Amino acid sequence: MEPLRPSDYDDGSGAPAAIDEGPGRASADGPTQPRLGVVGWVRFVWRQLTSMRTALVLLLLLAVAAIPGSLVPQRSSNPNGVVQYQRDDPELFAVLDALQLFDTFTSVWFSAIYLLLFVSLIGCIIPRTTHHWRAMRSRPPKTPARLNRLVGYREADARGSVEEALSAGEAVLRRQRFRVERYGDSLSAERGYLRETGNLVFHMALVGVLATVGFAGGFGYNGQKVIVEGQTFVNQLTTYDTFSASRFFDDSRLDPFSLRLDEFEGVFEAAVDEQSGALLAQPLDYTATVTVTEANGESVQRDIKVNAPIDIQGMRAYLLGNGFAPVITVRNADGDVVFDESVAFLPQDSNLTSLGIIKVPDGLPEQLGMIGFFYPSAVQLESGALSSVWPQPDNPVLTLNVFQGDLGLDDGVPRNAYALDVDDLEQVTGGETGTESIVLGLGQTAELPNGWGTVEFTALPRFVSIDIHHDPTQLGVFVSTVLAIAGLIVSLFVPRRRVWIAAEQTNDGVRLRYAGLARGEDPNLDGAVERVATEHLDRLGGRVETSQPAPVASQ
Amino acid sequence: MENLASLSLVAVYSAMGVYTLAFIAFTLDLAKRSAELPARAASGAAGAPVIATAAASVRGSAAGGTAVLEREKTLKPENKDGSRGGATVYQRVAFALAIIGWVLHLAATLTRGIAADRVPWSNMFEFGLTATLLGMGTFLGVQLWKDVRYLGAYITGFTVLSLGIVTVNFYVDVVPTPPALQSAWLIIHVLVASLATAFFAIGAGLSTMQLLRHQREVRKTAGLRFLDTVPGASTLESLAYRINVVGFVFWTFTLVAGAIWAERAWGRYWGWDTKEVWTFIIWVLFAGYIHARATRGWRGNRSAWLAIVGFGAVIFNYTIVNLFFEGLHSYSGI
Repeated sequence: MEPLRPSDYDDGSGAPAAIDEGPGRASADGPTQPRLGVVGWVRFVWRQLTSMRTALVLLLLLAVAAIPGSLVPQRSSNPNGVVQYQRDDPELFAVLDALQLFDTFTSVWFSAIYLLLFVSLIGCIIPRTTHHWRAMRSRPPKTPARLNRLVGYREADARGSVEEALSAGEAVLRRQRFRVERYGDSLSAERGYLRETGNLVFHMALVGVLATVGFAGGFGYNGQKVIVEGQTFVNQLTTYDTFSASRFFDDSRLDPFSLRLDEFEGVFEAAVDEQSGALLAQPLDYTATVTVTEANGESVQRDIKVNAPIDIQGMRAYLLGNGFAPVITVRNADGDVVFDESVAFLPQDSNLTSLGIIKVPDGLPEQLGMIGFFYPSAVQLESGALSSVWPQPDNPVLTLNVFQGDLGLDDGVPRNAYALDVDDLEQVTGGETGTESIVLGLGQTAELPNGWGTVEFTALPRFVSIDIHHDPTQLGVFVSTVLAIAGLIVSLFVPRRRVWIAAEQTNDGVRLRYAGLARGEDPNLDGAVERVATEHLDRLGGRVETSQPAPVASQ
Repeated sequence: MENLASLSLVAVYSAMGVYTLAFIAFTLDLAKRSAELPARAASGAAGAPVIATAAASVRGSAAGGTAVLEREKTLKPENKDGSRGGATVYQRVAFALAIIGWVLHLAATLTRGIAADRVPWSNMFEFGLTATLLGMGTFLGVQLWKDVRYLGAYITGFTVLSLGIVTVNFYVDVVPTPPALQSAWLIIHVLVASLATAFFAIGAGLSTMQLLRHQREVRKTAGLRFLDTVPGASTLESLAYRINVVGFVFWTFTLVAGAIWAERAWGRYWGWDTKEVWTFIIWVLFAGYIHARATRGWRGNRSAWLAIVGFGAVIFNYTIVNLFFEGLHSYSGI
């Protein structure tokens, strides 16, 4: 057992105790001694926490604890799903919410597991680092007396003196990148210190990931904004549609810049569905052309694509959604414009049949709400219903169901701009009202019911949904991750082993003995000892006389 | 292009046919080993020496006399001369069939990629096609390093089953790559994920064999006599570990490449999307497996179970999570 390893560490050698080193710390002052005292108990708990078994159990617990995060929607990744869950099953929701299942990855229990895991990890890294530091600066340990008990034991005879044999052996071992030390008539060699270095780097890098996310993550923020062609977005807290910030965020951190959407283009390809024969639209490309004006007043035109965000002053802007934003103009009975806005319609299917909500709060006898459906390429089905057959505006048609009454905008409660609460409203067109829905082509005008005025489908710009992120953890996490991967590969594939060559003068030459010791997983150790022996004897002109397998260690 | 995609499908079905024959031959081989064994065992001491032999291949055996070493020659599948022990006729036929099936499988995958004009792993069907190709390829390739033909029945059976399921249930026509998938990371992230899956599949096979072999060593149960002809439990464990460790490195890379891609596509490198959750769970399970191999009392059977559970999670992630869980990775095309 290596010292400063957890007491239940098993390197697979099957060795129950250290062969050439002092007793492990577990056996030095074990936790079972009587009269532990406070310090003793602290040490006992600490030793338990930093044991391999605890680390393993915590790892498995972590895997199990993550499962709920995939079973129920999470507030962090799917807030709408959580709302839906609450609506569908309020009782179960209350129970699950009390258990923090909708915030699995920030929950008390999940945090407890990973924090304990990292405490255990740090408790393991620190003593191992100091030990490894000393090991790297110290000489390979003394040659054990009974080499024949070790792996790959071989004997051979060669001509020449002990001195010649050992200097040749030293050359061979050094060439195979062993660190070599001479003890009397034997050589002790060790290689693969990099294995432990890689292991430590890997684990430290994991701590680095957690630390970066924990500290730098507090300064991040992200916001979403729908921008219609021709409109300009100014980077201020109040202009975002939605915005979420971390702990240490304040408004002053938002660098001023503006972003205008000049044009959006979607490219589609037609494919025929073999089963239904229907024409399917396959999106090939989405490009948003924007003009960014930075704080220093410089304007640059740039393209944002899916998978190709742009960087603006340490922030990143992503293209995450798009659709049509018909401009709707409502005039009252006198012909005065009371509403003239582009309204983002949310796509409902792959042919961009879209749903939009229009709210006209002022200028009419009563407040007016409209639920609109937009069909970029409308065709009339046999049932009389409209359907869009293509996502491009080849035959744009807008249908509107009109509601009148109190929109609830004046009572100070925030309302979802993309939903219309019709409970307090009276439907006046469409549905079962007996009045046909309003149907408008681009540029057409229709009368509103009750002689209130007119509604016009004035223009058809596109909109994009832009995400703006500032994530100060990226660099730290990336560097840590690269280190972790490098450390992992080194720690898994560099073998750490010791090899000994012992020489003894005989009547007609030298008798040589070879053996090795694995430190950690090393299935090729026997071959490695053989390579050393063969190369050594090639130089000396001897041959392996006996090759006797090492004893099977009891497990 | 349509023709090429159909041709690919024909090649998939042909590969499945040949793999099925290979599976039958591999199974017959195992059956024949079970039947032949008593006759051979009768010539020497039965039971215990077999175990000693198995141990000898890991660390050698001090107690071994000449008898043990000779028995090793007749029983070990690694047997170089292959005359009496090792490969039976069935096994050689099965292995040849597996190679033929794999060539057809490769042709199917390549033509699919050419027909689609992109890498053939952009939806569930294509992923299944490529992952099983890499799995079979790894199995055949490992042969150059270690004789693991005793896994043939498991691998070919698994491949036929997987190919059947993806072709019948997950098949979709060739469609252009949607903007969300237009990224170099598609090539890297998914390819490495398939490779990791392939290694985990073989690792799980070895771990299962290890558990069966252990059962037989300890309980000397009747039945499954062919187990006496495969390497000992600790050799299997060591092999499984080396395969799984490669899978783990690939999986780490899958996770990291996925995070980098997620940052480009979705604006954050990690957001606990369902697929990310399961990628994490699998990573942690195999990290646990590697720790288990270095923890007293957890080597052997327990760690083998962890590797099998880990591979189970990989399959769960590919099937159940893809099909039934909501998330951002909705590229199955179904």
